[in-house]
Amino acid sequence: MTMSAHTSGSFNRGMTNGSGAAGILAAGIGAFAIAVLDIAADKVASINSMMNFYRPTGPLSGITMVSLVLWLVVWGVLEWQWQKKDVAIGRISRIALGLLVLSLLLTFPPIADLL
Amino acid sequence: MEITERSLWTMIHGMGFGALYLLLCSGVIVELWRRYAPAAESPVTARDESFLKIYLVTMAVLAWLAVLSGAYIVYPWYRAVPPAGLANLSAYPRYLLLSKPTTSGWHNVGMEWKEYIAFFAPISMTMAAAVFIRYGRNLKHHPELRNAVLGFTLISFLAAGIAGFFGAMLNKNAPVDGGATIHLAEGK
Repeated sequence: MTMSAHTSGSFNRGMTNGSGAAGILAAGIGAFAIAVLDIAADKVASINSMMNFYRPTGPLSGITMVSLVLWLVVWGVLEWQWQKKDVAIGRISRIALGLLVLSLLLTFPPIADLL
Repeated sequence: MEITERSLWTMIHGMGFGALYLLLCSGVIVELWRRYAPAAESPVTARDESFLKIYLVTMAVLAWLAVLSGAYIVYPWYRAVPPAGLANLSAYPRYLLLSKPTTSGWHNVGMEWKEYIAFFAPISMTMAAAVFIRYGRNLKHHPELRNAVLGFTLISFLAAGIAGFFGAMLNKNAPVDGGATIHLAEGK
């Protein structure tokens, strides 16, 4: 069953779901990192200035770059850990989608201002 | 007929990459919903599979082009700081919007939200493309994976739609304009 993960070009009911789950959870974590860093940079001046990687774009540059690097690292680690496994995809998908929806809400300024 | 360099880049960012991405979203949602449902009767051919792979990769590329051109080409012009005491703020959109209570919300809510949620689209579509390249037609036999990819696509569509709406309204209220003028055609 584990070898089947490498035969994506044809029908193969035995493919494990770990690789897909890794991508899905990492995407949720990446989006959530943007929301958390956005709020942190908005509330803490030192974080705001630390995120100013590229002056013309301001803190947006650092917040997105750090989040994107985190997303790719998490994705790589999860892929390495899960690619030959079947994981609890239902629960992982719900967590990942929950993180994405939460990120959408937390970045909405009227909600972020309440925190 | 003329256009400024900054207007042209704003159009490429929003009406080019962004609008095309939004258009493609509806296609992939229908395709994943109908053709890759476990109960779908018509078989998915190798050609269908290749088509969707190219389609998703194109969407991911467009999403990246939209956010990177926005963040690193258009946004620096938008947030440029005017010299002290300047009365005409038309070349400084952020400060023009913030100068009036009737328009400040477009920046404080619109731009402050748009600049971050726009990044959810390339993250989601890169994941969707990678998962589909890996699983292809087998996604039919992984309904929870397919549902998650569909969910991310729907939310990325919503995020890109919100970003696009605010982008259009921001540019309507305080256009990003200036730079070299490009002459397109002679007038009568």
